[in-house]
Amino acid sequence: MTTRIFGSGIRRREDPRLITGQATYTDDIKLPGTVHAAIKRSIHAHARIKSVDTSAAAAAPGVLAVYTGADTDGVLNPIPCAWVVPDSDVKAVAYPAIAKDVVRYVGDAVAVVVAEDRYQAEDALELIEVDYEPLPVVVNPEEATKDGAPQLHDDAPNNQAFHWVASGGDSDAAFDSPEVVVRDTIIQQKLIPTPMEPRAALATWLPSMGELTLWSTSQNPHICRFVTSLVTGLPEHKIRVIAPEVGGGFGSKIAVYPWEMVTAFCAMKLGRPVKWTETRSENYIATTHGRDHVEHVELAATRDGKITGVRSVVYAGMGAYLSTAAPGIPTILHGLMYCGPYEIPNVKAEVYGVFTNSTPVEAYRGAGRPEATFLLERMIDLLAAELDLDPVEVRRRNLIPKFEDGHDIALGLTYDSGDYQLALDTVLDHVGYQALRREQARLRANNQYMGIGVSTYCEICGIGPSQVAGAVGFGGGLWESAIVRFYATGKANIFVGTSPHGQGEETTFAQILSDELGVDVDDVEVIHGDTDNTPMGWGTYGSRTTVISGAAIALSARKIKDKAKALAAHLLEAAEEDIEYEDGKFFVRGSPDQSKTIQDVALMANVAWNMPEGMEPGLEATTFYDTPNFSFPFGAHVAVVTVDADTGHIELQRYACVDDCGPQINPMIVEGQVHGGVVQGAGQALWEGAVYDENGQLLTGSMMDYALPRAHLVPEIETLSTETPSPHNPLGVKGIGETGTIASTPTIYNAVIDALKPFGVTRLEMPLTPERVWRAIHQQ
Amino acid sequence: MAKIPIQITVNGQVRQFEVDTRLLLVHYLREELGLTGTKIGCDTSQCGACVVHVNGAAVKSCTLLAVQVDGAEITTIEGLASDGGALHPLQEAFWNNHGLQCGYCTSGMIMASVELLQRNPRPTGQEVREGLEGNICRCTGYQNIVKAVLAAAEAMGGQR
Repeated sequence: MTTRIFGSGIRRREDPRLITGQATYTDDIKLPGTVHAAIKRSIHAHARIKSVDTSAAAAAPGVLAVYTGADTDGVLNPIPCAWVVPDSDVKAVAYPAIAKDVVRYVGDAVAVVVAEDRYQAEDALELIEVDYEPLPVVVNPEEATKDGAPQLHDDAPNNQAFHWVASGGDSDAAFDSPEVVVRDTIIQQKLIPTPMEPRAALATWLPSMGELTLWSTSQNPHICRFVTSLVTGLPEHKIRVIAPEVGGGFGSKIAVYPWEMVTAFCAMKLGRPVKWTETRSENYIATTHGRDHVEHVELAATRDGKITGVRSVVYAGMGAYLSTAAPGIPTILHGLMYCGPYEIPNVKAEVYGVFTNSTPVEAYRGAGRPEATFLLERMIDLLAAELDLDPVEVRRRNLIPKFEDGHDIALGLTYDSGDYQLALDTVLDHVGYQALRREQARLRANNQYMGIGVSTYCEICGIGPSQVAGAVGFGGGLWESAIVRFYATGKANIFVGTSPHGQGEETTFAQILSDELGVDVDDVEVIHGDTDNTPMGWGTYGSRTTVISGAAIALSARKIKDKAKALAAHLLEAAEEDIEYEDGKFFVRGSPDQSKTIQDVALMANVAWNMPEGMEPGLEATTFYDTPNFSFPFGAHVAVVTVDADTGHIELQRYACVDDCGPQINPMIVEGQVHGGVVQGAGQALWEGAVYDENGQLLTGSMMDYALPRAHLVPEIETLSTETPSPHNPLGVKGIGETGTIASTPTIYNAVIDALKPFGVTRLEMPLTPERVWRAIHQQ
Repeated sequence: MAKIPIQITVNGQVRQFEVDTRLLLVHYLREELGLTGTKIGCDTSQCGACVVHVNGAAVKSCTLLAVQVDGAEITTIEGLASDGGALHPLQEAFWNNHGLQCGYCTSGMIMASVELLQRNPRPTGQEVREGLEGNICRCTGYQNIVKAVLAAAEAMGGQR
């Protein structure tokens, strides 16, 4: 009896090239004749461009060309926003590849230099003279909506990018005369995603064929090709986009940016391969940010802690322009998740998307769900404090009871499956919750401040049904396709349209095929990332890759199994209905000796010497899979912190979590996703924040100033899981890439507030720096 | 731009080049020698993606000029495995323990860890965390990196 490969934590098949330095990321590619682009970026957050003098730069050593907005205007179309949420008056303002008249954030492009090497290109940037007329600046999303605030776009009065309302039940009635109401203003600070690989692009142009090839650090090469076609005007089938090895994305590599388009433009103009690679400081000002909400929130409840309503008014900063998917994040992926894992009858989310003079905002790990989860978990802790109840008890009184096949919530979604109480019990048992509370009381008596934070969450991912995508204004489908192809030698390729970039699907996908057809994982290679040799797909984000591509692979494998069964029957001279399958072998029922392996069948199908009447040669199947529903993973997390009252220093002592993503294909990879996610969410709670001054200058413009989690700052994460399969997916699986980030920020935040209870501190802004904590303690 | 001749031994091979005085070591390795396993992650010597060994010491190659290492012996990630291709115990341990996800920080992380184990052959988990403070990983939350380094220490027979 062999161990089932589905569920085995086998080591990753992509690792050998990564641990030896042999992997090829975009900037590692060196084509003969490659020249280098560098982008001149605005130093002002808002200014009129009076003139751009490129003459000295153009004459500098090694410089081939300098282009400005005057050159790209009318040649490159504006960068489109691809998520125009309906019924919300989205202002799809023009987002030019290179600004011509006005710059709207520090980082907006005003010119591009192409030179023989990157040092020469950077030198020449310094020689470009831009004459600016500075304009007034606004960076706070709520301030930007007020009368008299500086205006970014003529066609977006009050800087309103959109206004969206979702409600379920009768949310206003719930607040007419509630027994209890708690209120807070929550600041979801702006965050900088910071994948370790900065963004890069390499473009080549073949004029004789009219073909553009674009290597890009993309999470979704097929969407990139589609948008490149829209921006350049080139036909889609003449564009090849390749996302080679990609060093993390966390949402910041979803958008199609002006700079890739400018790189392509330069290659087409010059007839040379052109490479552009951003510096980290450029990444911090010009690659998309996340979050940036100002939220006014109210929660109504009964005296015994039953939540009767939640409502909010949210100002969601969009930055200076609408990035590719930006409007969908604070709306569909945030406002619709205000019920979380709780039975909440009356809910209303009112969201203003707001232009500000800052870097455009996009998806950032969790994208909308961390904000929604934080909002609920924060408000529930406030309610618990108001009622003097244990925060765990308040959660218990509101959790949706176990369900296995669909549960409708007030906001119109149908959750797939959930057992929230079990997750909560499991994590509380694991940490010894009551003992922790006793320890806390003991320490408090000695003026030592330990805090315990608990969160229960449910999130929406595995996005999603294409019909829903259309209904919510997403400018594309959300299905995936997978080709499984067996060769005569019994080896197989899987071709997918998604584009993993660290999530390990070259391994998990091989495990799926291996599990379905008994082929060894080492005999399977997964191909992704190149639009010329992968089938169409919408990309890797929203914890959807394993859920949707994985389903497509399983269904392709099952089609192959059906064909293989028929072919095996023919070869064994038996009736098809008498053929059974087990562990990669097709055999005649009752006569296991009479069998054909999947490899035998693959050989015959490929040579086709002896096929049943009417059967096509080849052993290959394609599946276009559109999911009937999103997936809704869930869990419960606990954080334990200590606060030094003299210094405000917070120590994250312990972090334990139970996450349920259904059956796990590779538990080692699942755990790794949770570790990384939890630490990223801890970053938001404790250290990270994009800080702008009143002139719109990013003060946290490098890793010297933007505080990322480091190894010595975080404890070992204690990961546990429960397993509640999704009924809406052929493998039962749910996404796991973002759960850690979604749950950990409020868990840690609540733990710190809990630690500060003796000081009467009830709210703090994130990140919870020692200074903020110290001031809060000493101002009470 | 003035060019200066330098001679460096990289992964056991003697290399002679004329380089611009301002050329960074990391660009020399990546652009001139084609050793792209060494990465650039931050440009401000914060992240450690560019760590290589210069005369056995772990060094951030984005903060050194190529001319500064004239005469030195350098090892990059490409030179870590044995001549026969057998992985270094740290490479093996990163693989076995899922110590990497996107792989971008991995070269620097492994090179820093090799030096860490040379200095402290049997570190505690906390010592590994403190030793790798200068290397940033955005994917793993560091947990499996620490696990990998501890496993490598064990495999290499380090004595506490």
